[in-house]
Amino acid sequence: MQTFASVLGDAVALILSGDADLMEIIALSLRVTITAVIAACLIGLPLGAVVGAFRFPGRTLATVLLNSLMGLPPVVVGLVVYLALSASGPLGPLGLLYTPTAMVIAQTILVTPIVAALTRQVIEDLDREYSEQFRSLGVGPLTRIGALLWDARYSLLTVALAGFGRAVAEVGAVIIVGGNINHVTRVMTTTIALETSKGNLELALALGVVLLVIAVLVNAAVMGLRASAARAAYA
Amino acid sequence: MLRRRFLTLAAAGLLATGLTAPLHAEENFIVVQSTTSTQNSGLFEFMLPKFKEKTGIEVRVVAVGTGQAIKNAANGDGDVLFVHAKPAEEKFVADGDGVERFDVMYNDFVIVGPPSDPAGVAGSANVVDALKKIAEAEAPFASRGDDSGTHKAELALWKAADIDVEAASGGWYRETGSGMGATLNTGTGMGAYVMTDRATWISFGNKGEYKIAVEGDEKMFNQYGIILVNKEKHPNVKADLGQQFVDWVISDEGQQVIADYKIDGQQLFFANAKPGS
Amino acid sequence: MREAAARTEVEDAASIAAAAVPALLEAQGLRLEIGGKRLIDGIDIRIGQGRKTMIMGANGAGKSLLLRLLHGLIVPTAGRMTWRGGPLDKSARRAQAMVFQRPVMLRRSVLANLAFALKVRGLRGPAREARIAEALDKAQLGDLARSPARVLSGGEQQRLALARALACDPELLFLDEPTASLDPASTQAIESLIADASRRGVTVVMVSHDLGQARRLADDIVFLQAGRVAESGPASRVLCSPRSEAAGAWLEGRLFLDGQGAQG
Repeated sequence: MQTFASVLGDAVALILSGDADLMEIIALSLRVTITAVIAACLIGLPLGAVVGAFRFPGRTLATVLLNSLMGLPPVVVGLVVYLALSASGPLGPLGLLYTPTAMVIAQTILVTPIVAALTRQVIEDLDREYSEQFRSLGVGPLTRIGALLWDARYSLLTVALAGFGRAVAEVGAVIIVGGNINHVTRVMTTTIALETSKGNLELALALGVVLLVIAVLVNAAVMGLRASAARAAYA
Repeated sequence: MLRRRFLTLAAAGLLATGLTAPLHAEENFIVVQSTTSTQNSGLFEFMLPKFKEKTGIEVRVVAVGTGQAIKNAANGDGDVLFVHAKPAEEKFVADGDGVERFDVMYNDFVIVGPPSDPAGVAGSANVVDALKKIAEAEAPFASRGDDSGTHKAELALWKAADIDVEAASGGWYRETGSGMGATLNTGTGMGAYVMTDRATWISFGNKGEYKIAVEGDEKMFNQYGIILVNKEKHPNVKADLGQQFVDWVISDEGQQVIADYKIDGQQLFFANAKPGS
Repeated sequence: MREAAARTEVEDAASIAAAAVPALLEAQGLRLEIGGKRLIDGIDIRIGQGRKTMIMGANGAGKSLLLRLLHGLIVPTAGRMTWRGGPLDKSARRAQAMVFQRPVMLRRSVLANLAFALKVRGLRGPAREARIAEALDKAQLGDLARSPARVLSGGEQQRLALARALACDPELLFLDEPTASLDPASTQAIESLIADASRRGVTVVMVSHDLGQARRLADDIVFLQAGRVAESGPASRVLCSPRSEAAGAWLEGRLFLDGQGAQG
């Protein structure tokens, strides 16, 4: 076993080498993950905001459900999506199994509860502050949700990042529905799993470091956006 | 203004990730359900480009345990099944999920062990004998335990040695429930004997001090078969493209490619498709 | 005896004058129970058109609750309210605005805070622009228009909150201790905005602790004690010669605490 320093060296060398296969894998990882996070936000933000801002029967149940779904085991999600997309499953005719789209679907299912549950908390806190003013102004429900989401946008960036973190590091679901097919559905995490199973632990670890670097870069970029917009004033 | 910038960013993100563009354009491909051991050996990376060069067909390999590969194919999620568990493969054909099974090649299993060799089996060529010794010494043995072809072969050998491993499970007999590579990583970590196919072992990168202890017994031959998934039962199967792949693999040309594949000068697979079949 | 009779005459004259103004908002038998406790207990109140009514009382008397009930932010357990003698419908609610003790600022610029309120009220295009410019000018926040509202000082934020409420062109303006935590200069700015609005015909209902403020602004006073109206009437009368023991004691306490209030 090499030392950790040499693994780090390997990782840097890997990145610098600009290896076409590695770049393809990184690009697919980012494409799948970011698409899934955007899709999860499109669903999770309004959903979380509605649960956070409105009082309705079953609201507590919805909250508990959202919070519990944050802990969905990826393998279970992978299996469910597999069964749905399988040729003998209900969505089989779409031919989506073993495609990046299937991976996006699985990750969206994993990330949406995270986005929705965290959004609910953020929006509920903000609504506590705004609700009397909004009722006084006579703000309608749609405008209210829109304004809450917009005003919480910088907190919600952090929410999206939490979703990104879960998705980019996820392997259990994407390996089942993607199949880890070389040049088609092979992403960072499934490559790490594959190299580990080949006993190439140093390479696997170096790839892990590369993944970490990517995650850090994405987080830094988003946080930079947040900071640039007079965070003290709007956050 | 800020809102506009925010929305522009979001839109740019969407475009960059290609949500709007189709994720796939190519149709000229087949999906082969195969095993991790085959994939880990590197055979596909050697073989498939040659097939694609000849026919233009892209082969997408899903590598899972044999048990799962067969189930996936039985769900119609694949055009060709390429595994090593003859009885299960024959059942697959008998159930109508597959068209016909062809022998492709074999490699052999070996038992690898730690240098201390606690059961004293190193150098043995009699696998039944060796397993008996391991059980007697209660030396740790790591099993796949995942219903894979390798696992099934291993269980058959224990049965031949008349040893009830289920009773020892959790004791000296340890089921990892994972793939070949993961089991090797676990087994070498705990000082256990592991039965593995030779191909995986040769290309395995984390051998440590481990060496092959038992090899060369005919009982440990590991036969691979290839089956076209039955279009009559699974209409989405690309029978034409799949048939081309099956034909090529068992052709003289395909067989030669398999025989040519070597790591460190060692041949990993021995092509044995029956001529004319 | 004669003195007392004369005073009663003056008071009655003031009361009659107040009663002569038509009621804009009227509530009868207003009650609010939470957890079995009667927080507001059978209040009748009449808000005269164009008047500045000040709700006073000790902490916990129910002043803010009453304000929220009147504005419709809280649904009463019992009681009924009328708007110009008719039903209190949606359009009546739209004719009201409220400023809270701690101003609620959207996480946006000063300008966007004004624009949001006006958009909700259905104002678009140039009409909205004009209204925003007018509000900024009146609140003297023109230089800060592009600043995030939440970095403004407490006084500036309250001025913005008041300007935002007034920009909605309300007939009735509720104010919940709008100057409670402000320095004298800021307080004066707020008071002059209120007085200005009143001159333009806006009816004002305001909760305050500040006796000086009551003297400067109030036309009518409603004095609450333990969720009931202890006393109500024209400010000139209630402040000089309270009839109820509660109001009297409270006013005396204030006088005593102020130390200088004896002159007023």
